[in-house]
Amino acid sequence: MADAKTFNLSCPVPRVADDRIVLAHGGGGRLTHQLIEKIFIPAFANEALDQRHDGAVVALNGARLAFTTDSFVVRPLIFPGGNIGDLAVNGTVNDLAMCGARPLYLSAGFILEEGLEMETLRTVVTSMREAAVKANVKLVTGDTKVVDKGKGDGIFVNTSGIGIIERIPGLSKEAKPGAPQIGPAAVQPGDVVIISGDLGRHGISILSVREGLEFESPILSDCANVWPAVEALLNAGIDVHCLRDLTRGGLATTLNEIASDRYVCIKLEEALIPVDEIVQSACEILGLDPLYVANEGRFAVFVPEAQAAAAVDLLRKVEVSQGATRVGRVEWTPERTVVLQSRIGGNRVVDMLTGEQLPRIC
Amino acid sequence: MKFLSEYRDQKAAKQFAAAIREKVTRPWTIMEICGGQTHTIVKSGLEDLLPKDITLVHGPGCPVCVTPIELIDKAVAIAKRPDAIFCSFGDMLRVPGSSKSLYDVKAEGGDVRIVYSPLDALRLAKQNPDKQVVFFAVGFETTAPANAMAAWQADHDRVENFSLLVSHVLVPPAMEALLSSENCVVQGFLAAGHVCTVMGFDEYVPIAEKYKVPIVVTGFEPLDLLEGIHMTVSQLEEGRHEVENQYVRAVRREGNRPAQKTLMEVFEISPRQWRGLGEIPASGFQLRGRFQKYDANRRFPFSGEPARESPECISGLILQGIKKPHECGAFAVKCTPENPLGAPMVSSEGACAAYYHYGRRQNVQPELSGTARR
Repeated sequence: MADAKTFNLSCPVPRVADDRIVLAHGGGGRLTHQLIEKIFIPAFANEALDQRHDGAVVALNGARLAFTTDSFVVRPLIFPGGNIGDLAVNGTVNDLAMCGARPLYLSAGFILEEGLEMETLRTVVTSMREAAVKANVKLVTGDTKVVDKGKGDGIFVNTSGIGIIERIPGLSKEAKPGAPQIGPAAVQPGDVVIISGDLGRHGISILSVREGLEFESPILSDCANVWPAVEALLNAGIDVHCLRDLTRGGLATTLNEIASDRYVCIKLEEALIPVDEIVQSACEILGLDPLYVANEGRFAVFVPEAQAAAAVDLLRKVEVSQGATRVGRVEWTPERTVVLQSRIGGNRVVDMLTGEQLPRIC
Repeated sequence: MKFLSEYRDQKAAKQFAAAIREKVTRPWTIMEICGGQTHTIVKSGLEDLLPKDITLVHGPGCPVCVTPIELIDKAVAIAKRPDAIFCSFGDMLRVPGSSKSLYDVKAEGGDVRIVYSPLDALRLAKQNPDKQVVFFAVGFETTAPANAMAAWQADHDRVENFSLLVSHVLVPPAMEALLSSENCVVQGFLAAGHVCTVMGFDEYVPIAEKYKVPIVVTGFEPLDLLEGIHMTVSQLEEGRHEVENQYVRAVRREGNRPAQKTLMEVFEISPRQWRGLGEIPASGFQLRGRFQKYDANRRFPFSGEPARESPECISGLILQGIKKPHECGAFAVKCTPENPLGAPMVSSEGACAAYYHYGRRQNVQPELSGTARR
């Protein structure tokens, strides 16, 4: 050994600059954001895109329409509680719902891999139809491409959707440019953060299949259409400031985006955040944090303190959000930060993930 | 939930914290050995509960942090081979080597896979007889038995296209190295509970005796750590230096004898290079005897350029607890989780990454001073 008294202090040189796409660019964390900020926003910047919301809200002949798109590349294609088909419908329906828009029409683009079993495609398409019927949306246009074997992962699906914004309590119905609307820009200190149910089911259901983990009872994906929950809030006149679904990157990433965009602090209480026992156990085994695990039927809603209790009551009456609960609030400082008070009473910052959430060694 | 929520109970945590405050009469510096413990401390904001007189310093027990750069370079070289499937635990992927990480290799088309168990890698080898399947066997005594078992099983099943790139390190020699450094600031240790689950804790008795330092075998939940700190502080205040076991629900004095037997059958003790600390004699494992045929080091001779380390990174000082991450000039400026200069910025168990995510904001908000205050 180097003499114990003079440790040989060594350390690595920087890794090469990011000159290629890595998986983490699609993980929803910091690298995804860099990609959006450095590549896409500069190329396409416009008023609708600058809203940085799950979908764009555009004015058209006095109506306000929400427009969104999403691509689905899940493996396995069929997982406990759903498959890529209902995921693709609900994912886009939910993005529209997060704009406060009633979902109306969807498109579907399929990229199929040579050799895919027709039965699998049938299963997926059947699920899409069922999900569309349930969400009361119509699949009105589509496209199909087939790629060589090995160039795709069975099925990739893209869905785009159009919805209409019928009512936003407290806000002008008129479609004026720059009129206030549901979105991160309306979040303000004093708002209460409510989530619509327990966290982590979708991500863990997928991982449990991928990793061959078995639990006492299978963890089902929470994949669902959340528009009925949003509609209940809007119909009751709740002053909804912001809606965000908790998909890729989970609650932690979503809240970081909002805290960062709005220069506010979001304070969470760990003890209030519902996570199913089996999901929590799976996260412990895999070394994952449920705050960062993806959901496909959960959203966060920001409302003024005075309406928080009413909003929770309303949500709990709707099936898809019966587990709704308040988990935190928005404050002024420390700005651009999400802070979590742990179960034991300590504080920590909940940061945005740098890359994918990687399982730890021990 | 059994054995989870019970150990995160706020009321019990406050009782332990009060007991620690009552005991402390002067400043003490305690090192938690294991990165898993560091992770819990940061994740639960545990330092907010401790009196200012207690300073926790984060030890070298993060496998990601101490795996030497030469070995990362070797892993990268093997992973680039078209005939190889390179398997690793997840958080090794982002550790920077001299020029790239395993993640970079994956992005460039290398077959790099995350597995949860070395036996998964062995299964891959059986499924892909025309490929060389290599498992990156890193970690402390905790992960060693499973890796030993993989080599044993490969031998038993006569699987030839499987090998291990071994970088196993041992806790007690690292503790001695830290304690014999003239810069040593550590007055008491929380020993790594899972390491002791395998190895027992008899081997710590001579260390406690020689360096007059209390060592408390400690678990990984917030209450485990608070109790471990309480036991360590009690020893320090009472002038004792014994080996005690907080983690009684998992650790026996003699450890796991069948696991130790397999370890000794498959591995032998060897000197090891520790990233940031240098070479420490008799501080690791390497494959022995008939198992050497599974040594990826021998199977894939490596002749890359000598490893290059960054002169700016002070991870050696950080792994010894001498400097805090935010005392490094590169911290959060040139060195971030996106572009780590050193391994402690990579893993969620690494002290620098923990500080980056938590402590760097203390300038903004004094009440969030938790980790960084100390």
